[in-house]
Amino acid sequence: MSSAKTVLTPAKQGQHTIKKIEMLKADDAELIRISREGTLSLNLTEMQAIQTHFRGLGRAPTDVELETIAQTWSEHCVHKTFKSMIRYSEQGKEPEQIDGLFPTFIQRATQDIAKPWCVSVFSDNAGIIEFDETYNLVFKVETHNHPSAIEPYGGAGTGIGGVIRDSLGTGLGAKPILNTDVFCFGLPDTPYAQLPKGTLHPKRVFKGVVAGVRDYGNRMGIPTANGAILFDERYTANPLVFCGNVGLIPRDRCEKSVEPGDLIVAIGGQTGRDGIHGATFSSAELDDTSENLGSVVQIGNPIMEKKVVDALLQARDRNLYRSITDCGAGGFSSAVGEMGQQTGAEVHLERVSLKYEGLAPWEIWLSEAQERMVIAVQPENLAELMDICTAEVVEATVLGCFTDTRKLQVFYEGTLAADLDMEFLHNGLPQPVKQAVWNPPHHPEPKVAGTLRVPKSTETLCCLLASPNIASKESVIRQYDHEVQGGMVIKPLVGVKNDGPSDACIVTPVLGSRKGVIVANGINPRYSDVDAYHSAAAAIDEALRNIIAVGGTLDKTALLDNFCWGNPDKPDRLGELVRAAKACYDIATAYGTPFISGKDSLYNEYRDTTTGEQRAIPATLLISAICVMPDVSSAVTMDAKAPGNYIYVVGNTYPELGGSHYFGLQGFVGNSAPIVRPSEGKLTMETLSTAIRSGLVRSCHDCSEGGIAVAAAEMAFSGGYGMHLNLAEVPTSDEVASVDVLLFSESNSRFLVEVEPQHRETYETCMTDVPIGCLGTVTKEPAFVVNGLDGHRIVETSIDVLKSAWQDALQW
Amino acid sequence: MLKPNVLILRTAGTNCDAETDVAFQVAGAETALVHIQQLISRKISLLDYQILAIPGGFSYGDDISAGILLATEMKHKLTDALHQFIDDGKLILGICNGFQVLVRAGLLPATEGNNPCKAEENTAPRVGAVPCACPPEIAQRATLAMNTSAKFECRWVHLETQQSPCIFTKNIKARVYLPVAHAEGRFTAPPEVLEQIVSNNQIVFRYGSGAQSPLMERVVTEYPHNPNGSDANIAGICDTTGRIFGLMPHPERFLTKWNHPRWTREHLPEEGDGLAIFKNAVNYAKA
Repeated sequence: MSSAKTVLTPAKQGQHTIKKIEMLKADDAELIRISREGTLSLNLTEMQAIQTHFRGLGRAPTDVELETIAQTWSEHCVHKTFKSMIRYSEQGKEPEQIDGLFPTFIQRATQDIAKPWCVSVFSDNAGIIEFDETYNLVFKVETHNHPSAIEPYGGAGTGIGGVIRDSLGTGLGAKPILNTDVFCFGLPDTPYAQLPKGTLHPKRVFKGVVAGVRDYGNRMGIPTANGAILFDERYTANPLVFCGNVGLIPRDRCEKSVEPGDLIVAIGGQTGRDGIHGATFSSAELDDTSENLGSVVQIGNPIMEKKVVDALLQARDRNLYRSITDCGAGGFSSAVGEMGQQTGAEVHLERVSLKYEGLAPWEIWLSEAQERMVIAVQPENLAELMDICTAEVVEATVLGCFTDTRKLQVFYEGTLAADLDMEFLHNGLPQPVKQAVWNPPHHPEPKVAGTLRVPKSTETLCCLLASPNIASKESVIRQYDHEVQGGMVIKPLVGVKNDGPSDACIVTPVLGSRKGVIVANGINPRYSDVDAYHSAAAAIDEALRNIIAVGGTLDKTALLDNFCWGNPDKPDRLGELVRAAKACYDIATAYGTPFISGKDSLYNEYRDTTTGEQRAIPATLLISAICVMPDVSSAVTMDAKAPGNYIYVVGNTYPELGGSHYFGLQGFVGNSAPIVRPSEGKLTMETLSTAIRSGLVRSCHDCSEGGIAVAAAEMAFSGGYGMHLNLAEVPTSDEVASVDVLLFSESNSRFLVEVEPQHRETYETCMTDVPIGCLGTVTKEPAFVVNGLDGHRIVETSIDVLKSAWQDALQW
Repeated sequence: MLKPNVLILRTAGTNCDAETDVAFQVAGAETALVHIQQLISRKISLLDYQILAIPGGFSYGDDISAGILLATEMKHKLTDALHQFIDDGKLILGICNGFQVLVRAGLLPATEGNNPCKAEENTAPRVGAVPCACPPEIAQRATLAMNTSAKFECRWVHLETQQSPCIFTKNIKARVYLPVAHAEGRFTAPPEVLEQIVSNNQIVFRYGSGAQSPLMERVVTEYPHNPNGSDANIAGICDTTGRIFGLMPHPERFLTKWNHPRWTREHLPEEGDGLAIFKNAVNYAKA
């Protein structure tokens, strides 16, 4: 590190001065200019509130103070859209006033569900649920979209690095045990000439993001075992990178507190100029000049983070600190500001260990340099803590202490650089008022074919299997170490050749115990083109289906919500957000699955500054689900197990091809997006879950993208066996008549299930209350054959053809 | 009989230490996770232990190349202790990154031609002592290069157990199934070194197809059965005494049948293939 110091120009005299920002007399235009030129992302109302506050104090704010407020009040840090007052109107309905989407629809769902095993929700860096007599689990999913758009490798790597620190910063620190990653990219075959100005090609983003997650996750020694990759042209300028982490924490280490007199100790990496303004940058839209903002992307060093984890978990077990949080967006400003919110804090910036000289005080304070944690240490424990850090070769620095002043006081070389009221800093943000509107769109409908015949429908099935959203992601999955820590019992790839698509992963975090953790996800942005409500509902249903399919239960499942949206200041975008939030409440409460944590990333829009062209991502909600499983020995996988076994479909099929991949192939969206019928869905899932736990089910696969046809094909080729199926046995609503609906409809709450002949009767008795149909059998001969309603063959091919179509598409 | 003591070596970037610890405990050993700084500063002595295990991970980020920084540190900062440990006839196991460390430190393959121990010591072992395998002036004679697939890969592989003096694989099954997870696992060495490794029976495991086939020699088993393109399908080797053993696959990740990727479709014994390696080490150290 010392060599780095000599490379950079040494600090000039006077560079470290603290500037006053003259804004007390500024008019509105001047306030806006100050915000814009400083990348503060504060709007006029917020700038006025700051002006009023400092007028009351009779002095101008310093640059350190203004930066601290901008960071604390940023969308990224305070989620003001989800707390804002929304006036919502929907076609043909009375306008509605919503006092905060988060309290109204997300937090209230969890309160209403009231699960006793929820230990800590929405208050710490991650949600906490009970696991066994000794441990609890923490789970958090974050996004790192804006950085990954500009610098895919670094953006994605620090995304996973950041969410690992969230687990480490929850309670008194959890041991990270599992990573999950979901990516949304532009279409891989986008012609270069069609790339929006200043953006990277989707393939370049794809490879960089995968490499970033791979190198960070693998080096940390955390298995990456669940995820998804989606493609849509609207993600070209705004790719999405969701990174999640599950941690294991002793039950008596879940509470934290800060007392006046506790030392503020920074531990881990040094501070540099990387990641300045990340919090405020990610709270604004991207445009064709964003690629020049190199310094907003952080630089990751996973081995440093591993050392920090190694040292802190030892210190935690010896009870050497009282509170901990991570330095994420906003750096020390955010970490110390949040920890000292109820007490007060005093920090001396010149003590911070720097990567190189030349940082202004506000840059030290705001830097988002990676791999740093802040802990509150009782003075009598400092020596022992330092011994651990020396043994693990990790740097730790005392920056100051917590006080009882209820003020955030930041010094630089003896000069007071910031003197902020905690009350104003954390509660002075005026509640925004926003307008939201939703009008149901109407899309053209393609003709639904009444009859399908070979070879056309076989070709359609192959096309679906080869479409990038459905195709095998094996080339990516194998780059992640999903076996490290030695507890992965259901892997992301399953089946006779270890290459079938598992619905969820199961890990046993305590070696020697068969108690397991299931992690799954659901995400359906295509349905948002019809209605974000149905998209959100389907995402929850899909995540839960994946949990059930491997042997989990609804009553021990918790959810995480991650909203990635366009600009919420535009009423139509916010209208979609309202629809999705309403679905979250309705469906989560109906299924009894609480939200324990979540995050939103808004302003995922791109503007070409020359043409004025504006692009927004489709409304995208990722639902992550976590379930505690008492004994993993009752788990099942999705691969067909033996010839002669019966294949059942569970749950009704409806004429719901809107937003489906089948319509997508034909260039249509349609209007009949799959609807979640929660009472039906809950009964289906609970009943099937009982059948699985009773050992009646040999394999189970959820029906989602591509419908029954794709699910059955995946089961067959993953197991290395053929199937002979008859669509006349598919349970349906009355109005279903066409075979393409039966094959490709993406109706929710459905599964394909394999049952051995000896269990057939018991299985059917167990499933009495649920619509089921026996479609046919698994065959030794590797042929995939489907007969239509009139008994005619509509699909006939070999499983090798189907598997090649599915495997070859993304092998690059 | 007392439980043998196993030192599981840690440093920045080690990440398979916890499961390696569990494996040795299940096999019946007392274990200690020890940071290399504690050995260098002599707070802990290597000589208090009977088995040294270097687990997988990315020691020092695998900067420069995999395992080289830890290998250099061991060679130059633990020289005497390490030589004494080997001279005492104790066991060393290197898994994945640990194997890379042993190869870069020159402790493997440690072929006879490369064994720079004085000739008289080699030909006339001291009474009551095992033959010396300790090379004081150790040179790296082989390497683990970037996989031919040019990327990190995690997958399960079939291993064919070879005739070798390896203590760790005594009476082990003829075919063993274990996961690999690495980017730099392609074992390669100059032809004369490879010949010595073969003629000394130092190859412990070769990658195979899992099918009942005669043992392969130089034929490269097709990818992905040979996941990295290793010469002679080498997955693991030992020194000429069989007491130093390194392998790319992870035996600590297959201790019970629940680790197996197909336990939901196959009838499997409760114990995983990997545990025997740890049990053999513990039993040898007890004897």
